[in-house]
Amino acid sequence: MSFVQNFPFFSVILSLLCAVTSFFLDARWAKRLTLFLLCTSIGLQGSVLSFCYRNHMSYEYLMGHFAAPWGNEIALGILEPLFALLFATVMLCCVLGGIKRMERDVFPGKQSYYWIMVDLAHVSLLALCYTNDIFTGYVFIEICTIASCALLSIRENGRALIAAVRYMVFALIGSGLFLIGVIFTYSITGQLLFPQLYETIASLWEAGTYRFSMTIAIGLMVVGLAIKSGMFPFHFWMPDTYGRATPASSGILSGVISKGYIFLLIKIIYRVVGIEIFAASGVQTLLLLFGIAGMVAGSVSAIFAKRLTTMVAFSSVAQIGYIYMGLGMGTQAALIAVFFQIFSHALTKPMLFLSASQLANVSGGRQDFRSLCGAGHRHPVAGFTFTVGALSMVGIPLFAGFIPKLYFATSAFGLGWKTWPVLLALAVSTVLNVMYFLYTTILIWLPREEGARNHNRVMPQVETIVPAALLAGFNLMVGIHSSALTALFTQGIDLFCQ
Amino acid sequence: MEQLFGNLLYNYEEVVAVILFSIGFCILLFSRNLIKKVVGLDIMDTGVFLLLASRGYIAGRHVPIIVDGITTAEYYINPIPAGLVLTGIVVSVSVSALMLSLTVRIYRTYHTLDVDSLYMMMSVSKGGKQ
Amino acid sequence: MRDKPMIDPEFSSIWTLWKNGQIDLTTPLRSPGHQPLQALKEVEKYRPRHSWEAYSQYVRKSTLLYKIAATILCCIFITLMLLTVANLPRYGDPNAPTINEVSERYIEEGTEETGAVNTVAGMILDYRAFDTLGESFVLFTAVCSVAVLMNLSGKRQHIKHTKELINYADDMIVRGVCRLLVPVILLFGIYILLNGHLSPGGGFSGGAVLGAGLIIYSMVWGEEKASRVFPAKLVRLVVFCSLAFYCLAKSYSFYTGANHLPFLIPEGAPGHILSGGLIMPLNVAVGFVVCFTMYSFYMFFRRGRL
Repeated sequence: MSFVQNFPFFSVILSLLCAVTSFFLDARWAKRLTLFLLCTSIGLQGSVLSFCYRNHMSYEYLMGHFAAPWGNEIALGILEPLFALLFATVMLCCVLGGIKRMERDVFPGKQSYYWIMVDLAHVSLLALCYTNDIFTGYVFIEICTIASCALLSIRENGRALIAAVRYMVFALIGSGLFLIGVIFTYSITGQLLFPQLYETIASLWEAGTYRFSMTIAIGLMVVGLAIKSGMFPFHFWMPDTYGRATPASSGILSGVISKGYIFLLIKIIYRVVGIEIFAASGVQTLLLLFGIAGMVAGSVSAIFAKRLTTMVAFSSVAQIGYIYMGLGMGTQAALIAVFFQIFSHALTKPMLFLSASQLANVSGGRQDFRSLCGAGHRHPVAGFTFTVGALSMVGIPLFAGFIPKLYFATSAFGLGWKTWPVLLALAVSTVLNVMYFLYTTILIWLPREEGARNHNRVMPQVETIVPAALLAGFNLMVGIHSSALTALFTQGIDLFCQ
Repeated sequence: MEQLFGNLLYNYEEVVAVILFSIGFCILLFSRNLIKKVVGLDIMDTGVFLLLASRGYIAGRHVPIIVDGITTAEYYINPIPAGLVLTGIVVSVSVSALMLSLTVRIYRTYHTLDVDSLYMMMSVSKGGKQ
Repeated sequence: MRDKPMIDPEFSSIWTLWKNGQIDLTTPLRSPGHQPLQALKEVEKYRPRHSWEAYSQYVRKSTLLYKIAATILCCIFITLMLLTVANLPRYGDPNAPTINEVSERYIEEGTEETGAVNTVAGMILDYRAFDTLGESFVLFTAVCSVAVLMNLSGKRQHIKHTKELINYADDMIVRGVCRLLVPVILLFGIYILLNGHLSPGGGFSGGAVLGAGLIIYSMVWGEEKASRVFPAKLVRLVVFCSLAFYCLAKSYSFYTGANHLPFLIPEGAPGHILSGGLIMPLNVAVGFVVCFTMYSFYMFFRRGRL
């Protein structure tokens, strides 16, 4: 066992220790610890990823002295470190981009708590990526929920608190349903670790016993995670939540935390339930229908949104609808498209939130569309990154958002009755996306009269430009060199779905 | 019908647990008062713990603490659900404390606990600024 | 969505602007009179601008829709859950699927492998220790979140709480009984903590009892005295040391386990208080964390700071 294989475990323990130490120290040291932790975590996940890629292996790491069904363990191949790396990178960029705004919004005595929450959100995402046990997944989901509520409500703003309450009610309903699903699954199978659950569920399904209870249990787990990540009928908490938080928190929540839940959901579908049983139980069709509904409803609501961040939040609903539609399709090509969509959305959405807040800053702090006219001229870098993000969301070639839509369209053929609804939904939602994203992009680049041009021009600060520009750079890189990433995903899926 | 309602009469503890969970769930969804929502959340979690704890019971056996050196597995009940319930209770306490502190803060700012009024305040007032 | 007269006319969605032709993408804007407002203030004041009744009617209609949908959802949910429960293995059945090799090994070999007589403690602190690590951090996260929300520091210290109507320390009976009771409660909590691996008990229950003792002390003798005896620095230090010890001890255990290295902490003889390897120190650490967490919740709710 090589030393590199210990790295995921080291990153989890390091995050926990950083969170606890920040509790004892003051805000400056807490900030340094968090930034140190995120950079180290990127390095550790990157080394594990290259190790697993070079040796084309996946392995289990015992958390304790006892092997699988008696003790706990984490398992990883190529996909898990890849997504952990993505999450850590995006969190670092969000946090760096939002530092100045956070230091203005948050009371100085409470800033160390902000960094503690970022550490805890990071550790829960790592654990959700790496876990091989369903109950450990539940515990870290709860840490993630409480940490995101604190990230939301740390602003001294009454509306943020109401948004946080709404978010918590939905999130706790989702956790409760997930836990009940786990309990039913445990009652029927007697196992809690993924490999043993997979074998037991397969043998029970073949024998035909407890089939109804198992379908309901699978449905409850899926619905619980879907509520937490914002699938169509349960997305009502999203616009207020993302719209009222500080931009770093909106970026972390929308870009990274919802993707963590979706990654756990994919793990449960492919490694606990198995794709054949999942298709046979009918939950897959439900995901497809709700995904399609989400794509259309999210875009329609975005057109009627009155504030810029609310519009961006509704477009999140639409993009997550793409992911659920892909999970509902169920083929391997669709799964590659889903992973790509997760990647591109995680890179793009935080960038949109950061640039939106910058654009609003130079427009006198207002977010309605009239004041934002010409904002791109007042803050060129924010305008550029917003344009990159908008074009990526619409799906223009060269940007990261084009590839998953292409893959969704190509994988839609040959699926029987699912082909036409999927293709129709893709077409309709692209048109709707164009309507609000391109309109807003043109709006911010409208020329204004000369006298008004230098009004309220804020000099862009390095700390806020560099992260958003970095994310834009990653976006373009992923869009142009997509074949390397696709090959990585294909190789990863071979190891993932055994 | 028989196979649909197979064990309903025998699983009376689970039935009570599920009814408690549903009552809590309904309170959480329908109630307009924030404190009542927190109470509904607690009732929901209580239902979950009862469901989990009842899954470990085996008729006629003893608590899983080794006494008199008897280590045969047929003498004791299943220890796993007890450990899981412990985790669940801790999580429930934590989220209840968090929800209550949110409620107190909201009351201090808005002097109302009615969610409909709070949502109206959030939408109607001049919310152009971030 | 039609342009409701109650909405602030500056505040229109893209659809409205497009439909009413108020923004023409082909010509540059010519209204320098549109002055952007001042920069962001720290705290927003709540100021309703338009008619409450008209908007509340709109909200009431959508609430009705929500109630109907939620009722249907709840009925379907309850029916499905009852049907599922009816199809689970029978309550108390010795042949249930949950009785398998996992639970058998926990009981039969639990004492030899972990050293704990209480198999549940052996399970949560040795076999499935990662879950318990996560669970302690759930408590820690909750304490930090409540501190974020309730902490009245800096300029808001002048906000007065409601005055205390009852001063417990003046009441002779309460004071006298608590003077005898609090030490007993604390002793009982310590007993439960230390015996977690030998009898029902452990870190969580012992910590809860200790926390209750501290809360009674703070209630009866006043919050100023309690915050002198347990200042914020001390609470933070204890929580930090306990959680850090827990992390490091468990990471030693995980590291040696995963790399198949020998684990150097002795198991001890089962039944003795100094047995069970790391289980007793971990119980003590968890107990302190839970105790000070409960105490912090109480103090944050009562006075806004430790």
